Amino acid sequence: MNKRGEMLTGLVIAVFLVLVLSPILYNFAVGNARSVPDLKPPPGGEKQCVESKEWMRGNHMQLLFDWRETVVREGNRTYRASDGKEYNMSLTSECLSCHTNKDEFCDQCHDYLKVKPYCWDCHIVPPKENA
Amino acid sequence: MSMDRRKFLKVAGVGALGLAGLPASRLLAADDPRFKPPAEGLQGKRWAMVIDLTKEAHDADAISVCHKIHNVPQLTNPRHEIKWLWNTGFKHAFPGLASKHMAVQYKGEHSALVLCNHCENPPCVRVCPTKATFRRADGIVLMDFHRCIGCRFCMAACPFGARSFNWVDPRTASNLDEPGEVMLTFPTRMKGVVEKCNFCAERLARGLIPACVENSSDGRMLFGDLEDPHSDVSRIVKSKYTIRRKQHLGTEPSVFYIV
Repeated sequence: MNKRGEMLTGLVIAVFLVLVLSPILYNFAVGNARSVPDLKPPPGGEKQCVESKEWMRGNHMQLLFDWRETVVREGNRTYRASDGKEYNMSLTSECLSCHTNKDEFCDQCHDYLKVKPYCWDCHIVPPKENA
Repeated sequence: MSMDRRKFLKVAGVGALGLAGLPASRLLAADDPRFKPPAEGLQGKRWAMVIDLTKEAHDADAISVCHKIHNVPQLTNPRHEIKWLWNTGFKHAFPGLASKHMAVQYKGEHSALVLCNHCENPPCVRVCPTKATFRRADGIVLMDFHRCIGCRFCMAACPFGARSFNWVDPRTASNLDEPGEVMLTFPTRMKGVVEKCNFCAERLARGLIPACVENSSDGRMLFGDLEDPHSDVSRIVKSKYTIRRKQHLGTEPSVFYIV
């Protein structure tokens, strides 16, 4: 009787573990456990973004938010970067002039992280040249 | 580390004082050294317009250019219509001022040219719960489409019907659903957002006057700074008799009409 109780408990735990780990196990089985986003540098060969690559990776959303506020509400259009260079604060005509492929640049990470910024409900993606 | 009650309260009090200073420093951060106005932009204290209704109305170009460059959707259902600049009858634009004895140019259904009045005392700004509509230092009543939640209080508050609501996705409009048709230099709006004339704020930032004035027939429209005594607009307003729409309401419109 006692043995049977232990076995049942063990079985429940095993089934629970399999269920909980099933997404991870599935990814191992399918073989895409390491399919993290792989961003390519801009096709135009531009080396320097408005700020450093590492800073942009963590803070681009705050930067775009600040740009949006100051452009629309304060009428500022020019951004002075920390290296002193000046840029036109515009998502479509500044950011996308280097990062020309929105699907590969913006969407790749956003899809991976399941975040859905609503920039493109209104802002217009410049059409691809070969399309 | 040991701390008696008296010492703890002292430290906590000083800390709370520091926190109270935070909002002030936030306010100062509005002068962020990273951001600068455009060097080529037009500067004004109160942008205003003069529309000459005694001149014959050929406003189709001005209207179509305005709607083209701002990606204003042309929707077939009249209940979904979006308007930034349009012609209406004099009797509708100036209720109570029309009469059957007036000159013929005031009698047609398209005799007056109307747009957002960019009021000095704008009721739309007062009612907006998110501050999506606000008045800039240069007098332009501007919309921050990012903040609009589509409550339409502003549409109820505006006495001039200058605002339109996007009942349907504007990108489904015939003039915006083709990639070649849409202007890439200005965003569209989305369903559920209010929109109106912006006095071409994006053109002023590039040193250009509003597109409607640029494309109006000779002398029909003028644009300038009402606070600048040498501007065309203040010269006309000071030397000629002009009227404004529903002046008795006290919103102080910035669009003047010569009649």
